[in-house]
Amino acid sequence: MQTDTKARVDQLTSPAGHPVAVLRFEGDIASTSKEAVLGTYQGLPKQTNKLVLLDFTKVDYINSSGIALVIQMLIEASNSGQKVYAFGLSPHFTKVFTMVGITKYAGLFPGQAEAMAAL
Amino acid sequence: MIKGKPASVEVRLPSRLGYEKVAMSTAAAVAKLMGFKEERVEDLKTAVAEACINAIEHGNLLNEGLSVGVVLSTADDSLEVKVIDDGKGLGKMPTKPDIDRKIHGEEDPRGMGMFLIQALVDEAEWVKGVNGKSSYVRLVIRLDKEDLD
Repeated sequence: MQTDTKARVDQLTSPAGHPVAVLRFEGDIASTSKEAVLGTYQGLPKQTNKLVLLDFTKVDYINSSGIALVIQMLIEASNSGQKVYAFGLSPHFTKVFTMVGITKYAGLFPGQAEAMAAL
Repeated sequence: MIKGKPASVEVRLPSRLGYEKVAMSTAAAVAKLMGFKEERVEDLKTAVAEACINAIEHGNLLNEGLSVGVVLSTADDSLEVKVIDDGKGLGKMPTKPDIDRKIHGEEDPRGMGMFLIQALVDEAEWVKGVNGKSSYVRLVIRLDKEDLD
């Protein structure tokens, strides 16, 4: 019943000249998404990927288990000196991420252009 | 918007993660028929999904021989959703999640479900079943006054 989570990484450079690893997710973010979410993130060399941008544009279901995976990623990023940002969340999930406090550790942007302009 | 006598809709789910989406869709369809705004429908979907996940994981312990009952009852100005499992019910309410403690490894990254339920609906109560069975969570969302004519 749960849609498999797909993930891919694009390496971009921000207008300010900083390398940005964009993790693009597709499908559900739920308990079955550990490999797609954490595995993909952990596959990024931490020394060369200091800015991580999460793309939720093609995600339409995130549950509390999925939120926990994002928090686990934020814990690892915090311990590695990385900064995490996100874009593409629906207004509802923007509200949910704000309610649980994720916005304190991951800046949210409406779209990729706004995010890249700020990095 | 559909008005008239109160109506009841029941769904029975297998205790398998992912099937909470069936309850979400059903709850969303009923809420839309009642005239709830899109924002409230989205709140209800997440609350119902989390209630079903708790019932599947913690109530029925992922035992696929047990099912989760979802009963939606409409009234003039509110929608009640009961999510019923075969567990003993909630021992005590978990503390409110603290993102700082989670980030610093002092609290489990999980454990957001009940907080989300309480934050997204107008009423939420957890009721222990008699003889340690048929426990349920009861959720209520109410139509705003401007939605009622």
